[in-house]
Amino acid sequence: MATQQELSETRQDSGVGIVQTRLATLFAPPNWLKLAGGGELGPIQVAYETYGELTPAKDNAIFICHALTGDAHAAGYYEDDDEKAKPGWWDDLIGPGRTLDTDKYYVICANVLGGCQGTTGPGSINPETNQSYRLGFPFITVGDIVEVHSALTRHLGIEQLLAVIGGSLGGMQVLEWAARFPDQLRGAICLASAAQLSAQGIAFNAVGRRAIKTDPEFKDGEYETGAGPRYGLALARMIAHITYLSDQSIEMKFGRRLQDHDTFTYEMLPEVEFQVESYLHYQGKRFVERFDANSYLYLTRAMDYFDLVSQHGSLVNALGKTEARFLIASYDSDWLFTTSQSKELVRALIECGKHVSFIELKSPFGHDSFLIEIEQLNRMITPFLEQAYSTRLAESNRT
Amino acid sequence: MRAQHRYCMQDPSLEVTDKLLLEQIQPGSRVLDLGCGDGRLLARLREERDASVLGIEIDITQHHAAIARGVPVIQADLDEGLLDIPDGAFDYVVLSQTLQQVLHPKQLLEEMVRVAKKALVVVPNFGNWRIRLQVLKQGRAPVTEVLPYEWYNTPNLHLMSMHDFQDLMRLLGIEILQEVPIINHQAVEKAWLANLRAQHVLYVLQRVEGPAELPASHHTSTGQSTPITH
Repeated sequence: MATQQELSETRQDSGVGIVQTRLATLFAPPNWLKLAGGGELGPIQVAYETYGELTPAKDNAIFICHALTGDAHAAGYYEDDDEKAKPGWWDDLIGPGRTLDTDKYYVICANVLGGCQGTTGPGSINPETNQSYRLGFPFITVGDIVEVHSALTRHLGIEQLLAVIGGSLGGMQVLEWAARFPDQLRGAICLASAAQLSAQGIAFNAVGRRAIKTDPEFKDGEYETGAGPRYGLALARMIAHITYLSDQSIEMKFGRRLQDHDTFTYEMLPEVEFQVESYLHYQGKRFVERFDANSYLYLTRAMDYFDLVSQHGSLVNALGKTEARFLIASYDSDWLFTTSQSKELVRALIECGKHVSFIELKSPFGHDSFLIEIEQLNRMITPFLEQAYSTRLAESNRT
Repeated sequence: MRAQHRYCMQDPSLEVTDKLLLEQIQPGSRVLDLGCGDGRLLARLREERDASVLGIEIDITQHHAAIARGVPVIQADLDEGLLDIPDGAFDYVVLSQTLQQVLHPKQLLEEMVRVAKKALVVVPNFGNWRIRLQVLKQGRAPVTEVLPYEWYNTPNLHLMSMHDFQDLMRLLGIEILQEVPIINHQAVEKAWLANLRAQHVLYVLQRVEGPAELPASHHTSTGQSTPITH
């Protein structure tokens, strides 16, 4: 067994090494955040991490928008991580010499508003009542999430980001950013995402929320911290997890293999007979340990409500104001956020004469591909960022 | 190897076709290059013609190489049409040395004049006298370009002469604004016996608007037409 210190020392040299989550307090009254759904919120605490150094010209910042249940911990290890701990969720993409090269770029990732990993959400204490907000938390939208991200960026002294990057709900934030703060980004990298969630996506979210709300422990959201609708939340995760995979990836990973027996048991009560069952139960169980059910309700609703088309009249109106360069990618095996949804974005961007690159990447891993196929992303994103950065440097040299 | 005894049509050096295409394009135009490869031509158009550009490329390595040049590029298969390109979104669309290789050249040409005001097409001329002679003498399918493809593995699916091309344009109601034969690496406008002598031809095409037809830019789906600058 390695000691904590030894662990920490070996990890220091891989990727971004040992990192810390920091907290910023924004929108302190009277500067409340005005929410899209009405009402005001403040103060808002934001949990974020940064990797690399900001240049004196503050021109090398890249913001990562995480997906539905992600967090600010995109890369590296914490000082007190034990042996089993995994690095941040996009660690292979971030670090010296990696795609988001921390020798060149300053990388920021923050937990979303309404989340439960350090940023203000339904589990946070309402300063007015000294109680958790729970379902008293106001409705939030992807627009509100991006307002907070943008405020954090300015809080860090950055006027304009070199790029904003994200997949899935993270990709929606990228698009929202381009629509809401068109001058604040030079590059927009939108992976496995869309201008609106499909009806099928809303349907799966509905089943997840139903699972949570019908759990007797849900108690209209008034469950005690640490308790709550464990079975409902786990079930919500199991359903969602299936939508992140593809038939091919489930087949490859599990096939019809049985978990503990060589033949069928012909018993009805035990729930885990196939390997795929065991896997889903495990995913559900692990998720409950790290995620708050109320946050899940708020964030899936924010995702359902997101619709750049209805919000702006058309995609051309939504995306026509920015001069950012777009890089859009979908995955051939993704059935939650399909290639045709990405192509809708591409079509609108071409229509309004924007700089847009698009590719449908090949991968068997379904919607989750953007978290798995790192080398594929590297080959595409590295030259995109290099171009964005060299163009920016050339511009500042001219002026 | 029989193939090596055959006449192989000269590939017009890229420089010749690039230069010809560059000359055709007005500064400040919006240009779409079908089969843009690594974005070589588009990068030049942007630099030398201040063009706003977009490439379409099927090969992932070439696609990424275009990104590395800062050229925006969409991965798509020309055999599936140009569905993602709105009507009239471009001033020029370029298709160089590719028409003979697509599955549905007629549909692609129709798509090209739908998405752009002018289409620039470079094609090999199979009416060239050497090819005629070869077919006559050897009684075998012609082999062209620098690689000695056999009939069963050639990417050149559709062989046409200048006359054939002109016929199709009449059929499609597409006007040939300009026809530039390329003979021994040189553009020769108003060449004598062009269909016999040209190895390649550059065509500048434009859709002939019928009186009942709406201008292309009125078609766009999301309501706003594209601002096009000259």
